Amino acid sequence: MSALLEVDGLSMSFGGLRAVSDLSFAVGEREILGLIGPNGAGKSTVFNLINGVFAPNAGRVMFHGADITGHAPYRVARAGLARTHQIVQPLPDLTVLENCTVGACFGREHLPLARARAVAREVATFVGLEDRLATPAAQLTIAGKKRLELARALAARPLLLLLDEVLAGLNPTEIARMLTVIRSIRERGVAILIIEHLMQAIMGLSDRIVVLNSGQKLAEGTPSEIANNPAVIEAYLGDPELAAKLHAGGAP
Amino acid sequence: MNTAATGAIVDDRPTPILRRPFFWIMALVIAAFVAAPLIGDNVELRESLLLAAVYITLASNLNLMLGYAGYINFGSIVFFGLGGYISVYLISALNWPLAAAELAAGIAVSLLALVFGLGILRLRGAFFALATSGINEGVQAFVANFEPWGGSAGLYLPTTIFAPLGGPMRALWVIYFLLVAVMGASLYLSYAVKTSKFGLGLMAIGQNEDAAVVLGVPAPLYKALAYSLSAFLPALAGGLYFFKSAFIQPADAFDLGLSTEAMVIVMLGGRGTITGAAIGAYLYEELRGFLLTSQTFSNFQLVVSGVLLLVIVLFVPGGLMGWIYGRWPRMKQVLE
Amino acid sequence: MLGIIALIIDGVLIGSVYGLAAMGLTLIWGVMNVVNLTHGAAIVAGMFALYLLTSGLGIAPYAALPLILVGGFFVGVGLYWIAVHRMIGRPPLMILLSTFSVNLVVIGLGTAVWGTGLFNVQVSLPGITWQRYTFSGTHILAAVLTAVIAGSLYLFLYHTRLGKAVRAVANNREAAELSGIPTTRVLSLSFGLGVALAGAAGMLIATMFPFTVLAGDAYQLKSFVVTALGGLGNPAGALLGGVALGLVEGFAAQFMPVSWTLVIEFVLFVVVLIIFPRGVFAFTRT
Repeated sequence: MSALLEVDGLSMSFGGLRAVSDLSFAVGEREILGLIGPNGAGKSTVFNLINGVFAPNAGRVMFHGADITGHAPYRVARAGLARTHQIVQPLPDLTVLENCTVGACFGREHLPLARARAVAREVATFVGLEDRLATPAAQLTIAGKKRLELARALAARPLLLLLDEVLAGLNPTEIARMLTVIRSIRERGVAILIIEHLMQAIMGLSDRIVVLNSGQKLAEGTPSEIANNPAVIEAYLGDPELAAKLHAGGAP
Repeated sequence: MNTAATGAIVDDRPTPILRRPFFWIMALVIAAFVAAPLIGDNVELRESLLLAAVYITLASNLNLMLGYAGYINFGSIVFFGLGGYISVYLISALNWPLAAAELAAGIAVSLLALVFGLGILRLRGAFFALATSGINEGVQAFVANFEPWGGSAGLYLPTTIFAPLGGPMRALWVIYFLLVAVMGASLYLSYAVKTSKFGLGLMAIGQNEDAAVVLGVPAPLYKALAYSLSAFLPALAGGLYFFKSAFIQPADAFDLGLSTEAMVIVMLGGRGTITGAAIGAYLYEELRGFLLTSQTFSNFQLVVSGVLLLVIVLFVPGGLMGWIYGRWPRMKQVLE
Repeated sequence: MLGIIALIIDGVLIGSVYGLAAMGLTLIWGVMNVVNLTHGAAIVAGMFALYLLTSGLGIAPYAALPLILVGGFFVGVGLYWIAVHRMIGRPPLMILLSTFSVNLVVIGLGTAVWGTGLFNVQVSLPGITWQRYTFSGTHILAAVLTAVIAGSLYLFLYHTRLGKAVRAVANNREAAELSGIPTTRVLSLSFGLGVALAGAAGMLIATMFPFTVLAGDAYQLKSFVVTALGGLGNPAGALLGGVALGLVEGFAAQFMPVSWTLVIEFVLFVVVLIIFPRGVFAFTRT
């Protein structure tokens, strides 16, 4: 499995704070890689570094064979890397269909408007928003907005999808539904890099896991390897409930 | 459903323009502009409609930045004034024919706008807005000191310039029809952009620029293009307007008050709507006419504009069209 | 050589008042992320308040300062409730238009009442003479009063509870709200402060130079340039930036006609914002 995304020696400091230190990992094609770590470990910063919101102080980001380090977000999107946000960012006055059309128009395939709209329709149906196509995004429920965020990223037909806490704030039914959608996305041939706090979900979903702590890579491996890794358990020791879940969810 | 029997995705084509009621409504309005003053050779009406056409042109083009992309252009009048100066200069000093001078003015101003735009569009929100009025002030100061263009005294055109158009009387009619054409082109441009991929990108920028950029919208380029595009037709309008007046001076050409009025018109009619620019211009011109002839209010034009704008921003941010769409959502299918 | 020193000193004196003007703007920006386009009008209001108080009521010029500060504060609070409060949380475009429209109203009323002619407030104050150069008494006193006001602002922000609340809201409004700070009151108070500072600066400028109703635009621009130099939300930087601008103006005036000053300032404004997004004097941030 060739590496689709390669992060090499990535470092980022804000003022005096070292947010990310010498981070390296890779995501293969059609792989689901989970990124976990305690709060403040730097996970969202890693996403921001990958998709060009910030340029790293050091290190490289290679995507699909090309160096995209520090490229503007719209160039990264054009290359086939799409991203959802932890705090959803809908285009509020535009409808669900229009939101998704934006994704389709300016993503990897850079489709003309008519075709983009058709793709948008298809993608919105895929996530289950087909009866809300004409609803302004601002009027959706939080679950709906999360689904829209996902659909919009998918509409760009990305090769790699960055999911940032896409399950936060959802009830168990919605979570189950979202997990099914995420699995079908992988079936479609899209690789996924996912940040998630819901341990059982991410352990069950991911092929491999990278654990981040204070901006550094603590461990990397399969879910069961991670669950049994003493250093990882220690990092989470401040939250024994979490450590217990880790252990339980990690059982193969 | 638009997935064909094979499950393939079929293009989602929108209604063609000729079948949209909006097109016919606008065509009717333009026809009215053309026909109404012709009835009884009504010069007074023509002059009034000419001013309305200028306002509609300025407002529609301002809408591209303000309405779609959400960027305030305080100094939009600079396009109008500079177009006027370039056109008048080419005609008076270099004896260019009207059509050529107009086109040259339009292209030159658009190119200049592109250059300036690429520079200042890195600035967000308020700073961009202030930079645009800075550009206006800068150009005005430059022109006021530029002797070949008459400096602060301005340029006069001899009445001989109307000869190729068949004499002064006929020329005024020709200019009027040309201005109506520019107005029509502005309305059409607004529509064409709104229904294009470019327009969708602009609107994404206007909704949430950071999110739009992550989605792949090339914001710096699109903003610069919108800024440049929004310069072309106002430059043409300026060229025609000042040609007709046969006189241009910096204070009139770069009058920030006109930009402000264009902004109030866009907000009054409904930001981002095409019909709004037209209705807003009409309503505003009526209001202005009333204020100017009223004893008590003639000094208070600015105050009234300000109060109007404040009320709209605080209570009716969607303007007139926003209110109409809120009450009768079906109107969205009919109007734009 | 002496000439240059004299130029520098005068630039610093006048520039400090520019800094005072900008402090109001940058304070409002820092606390509530609002760019106050009524700033110029507030400066002009300070100028005309001095004019009215001295010529109409016969109050001594510098005695008007506390009156203008207090009056400006209440006007600012009122302005907050009329034009700004509803707009917090709305898109920045709308807040800009909102303060812009108030500016239109105020300047419009001003031109309707006073026209566009030049006004002057006569202030006779002995200057300080050194070698061949006399430094105007008004310039010196204006700078001194600026220092006093700036110092008071510093004491307020760093050594009073209310001042700390203001800084807390500026830092993180949600966190401040959660720790029990009445954020709305803080916002309105900060706006009032910002307008008061602008009005005071206007008054001091009026003691030094003649003015018109339309002068607000020019001084608002200067305030923006200073804010760009000093960094948004950074009052100490504003003071330094003001001095820098005063120096630039002083030197520029030797080489080019006054009508180009505005243009230079606009160019400076754009260039500074593009090259130094956090401000040239951002190191003064605490």
